[in-house]
Amino acid sequence: MAIYDTRRRHDKFYIGLCYASVAFGLGWLTIILATLLFEGFRGISPAVFMQMTPPPGSEGGLLNAITGSLIMTVLGVALGAPLGMLAGTYMAEYGRHSKLTIVVRFINDILLSAPSIVIGLFVYEVMVVKMGHFSALAGAVSLAVIVVPVVVRTTEDMLLLVPDTLREAASALGLPRAIVIGKVAYRAARAGLITGVLLAIARISGETAPLLFTALNNQFFSTNLNAPMASLPAVIFQFALSPYKEWQQLAWTGALLVTLAVLVLSITARVLQMGRPAK
Amino acid sequence: MTGVKDVPNLAQSHLAEEAEAAAGAKVSNLEQKVSIRDLKFYYGDSLALKSISVPLYANKVTAFIGPSGCGKSTLLRVLNRMYDLYPNQRAEGEVILDGVNILRPEQDLNLLRARVGMVFQKPTPFPMSIHDNVAFGIKLYQTLPKAELRDRVEAALMQAALWGEVKDKLNASGLSLSGGQQQRLCIARTVALQPEVILLDEPCSALDPISTAKIEETIDELKENYTIAIVTHNLQQAARVSELTAFMYLGELIEFGVTTQIFTSPEKKRTQNYITGRFG
Repeated sequence: MAIYDTRRRHDKFYIGLCYASVAFGLGWLTIILATLLFEGFRGISPAVFMQMTPPPGSEGGLLNAITGSLIMTVLGVALGAPLGMLAGTYMAEYGRHSKLTIVVRFINDILLSAPSIVIGLFVYEVMVVKMGHFSALAGAVSLAVIVVPVVVRTTEDMLLLVPDTLREAASALGLPRAIVIGKVAYRAARAGLITGVLLAIARISGETAPLLFTALNNQFFSTNLNAPMASLPAVIFQFALSPYKEWQQLAWTGALLVTLAVLVLSITARVLQMGRPAK
Repeated sequence: MTGVKDVPNLAQSHLAEEAEAAAGAKVSNLEQKVSIRDLKFYYGDSLALKSISVPLYANKVTAFIGPSGCGKSTLLRVLNRMYDLYPNQRAEGEVILDGVNILRPEQDLNLLRARVGMVFQKPTPFPMSIHDNVAFGIKLYQTLPKAELRDRVEAALMQAALWGEVKDKLNASGLSLSGGQQQRLCIARTVALQPEVILLDEPCSALDPISTAKIEETIDELKENYTIAIVTHNLQQAARVSELTAFMYLGELIEFGVTTQIFTSPEKKRTQNYITGRFG
């Protein structure tokens, strides 16, 4: 019985440790979210969505930053997601047994965890310096470079989850490989593929470092892809560090908007994944 | 294996008809739809089929039986070149379909697979509606008006004995059907292409007895139009549905002949042992 009692004590001890760790982690998250909600909501007003970022010491909004973020995010995903999907499709389907796939997967994993500031510097070197000025296009490209590895990974993983029996069944009908993939494998993996893209959007919508080097910022409303463009993360960065009260308040509000957007995307992705038939 | 003694008895119940059929059409007089000659198959370096030669006769059901790993499924997967999907798998020898060797490198695999359909062990409906599951393959080869396509789908579902159960819910997902219905949907999908040969790879191993009986009825009807090869672990099933049986063991064809004869008076000791359940 002595052994049994010792084990029970151990069991209780480790369960206690687990709970404590969870509480610790969630505690900080709660504090962060609570502060953000409290500080952010104080500044929410129609002006936030209708006015431009103000000069120091006056009232204003975030319209140019919100628009800029939307434009660059959409463009970044439009550039990066198809590329990532095609690469992921190659890895999971055509090149499943090839050495190239192993190499690509390895490099992709490195890219996946590469600090985004490095990606920003890279795009700065190859685009901003060559073009001679900061631009929204360079911002979108740097975001696309972040999107690609995320989408490559999820596309490959999700396609590999599609059972081979399904591919065999489709091939057995005499369907060419492209149709087997496009009409059967993609369809079976659809929820997972969309989830991958949503997660990539969530990932880039908070990125600051790559944008500072590429799109810079813009105090005025601009939709010109060839000129600097404001974005929420860049504005938050600039305003939060400033000594001006109005700017600090706008930074809080901007942070709240970004967080809410990411939260909605993540929850959507989760829900989609739960809806996927267990196969 | 249930009821060791049942096996020969079950076969005997078919004895009269089978003997008649065999006498009426001597095996040598039947038309060979497919002729497998000196077929060797390799998974990497390991030899899985050791020089198999066996025919498939037109409009007959040929059953392939034998213990697990004997190469029956491998043989079937050669007949539609399914193995081509995987590297490191290769076949040597000849498989003659209507006078043409389908193992030749320039063979168009998609056209071959449209002529030689296959139904797998696990039901594999596509993630789309029942109608689209069947129409999918047809649409690839023919552009039909909607009404005609619907007729083709209906005909295929009828042939697979599924029409009655699904005619009111053709737009429901193929995945919503029961296992037995899914398998018949897969059969419908295969016959919808109007192939010439149908390969069935343990089509009932995941099904309950009632679904199995329905599929066997389906097979019985299909052989009027198609040449059928079926791999099965269920000896009673082989005896029930097939006219000809091939017994395989460790990659070799041990015995091939009229089903009645294989199940009642096999020539080889090993066949005898297997069908009476003494090994395998």
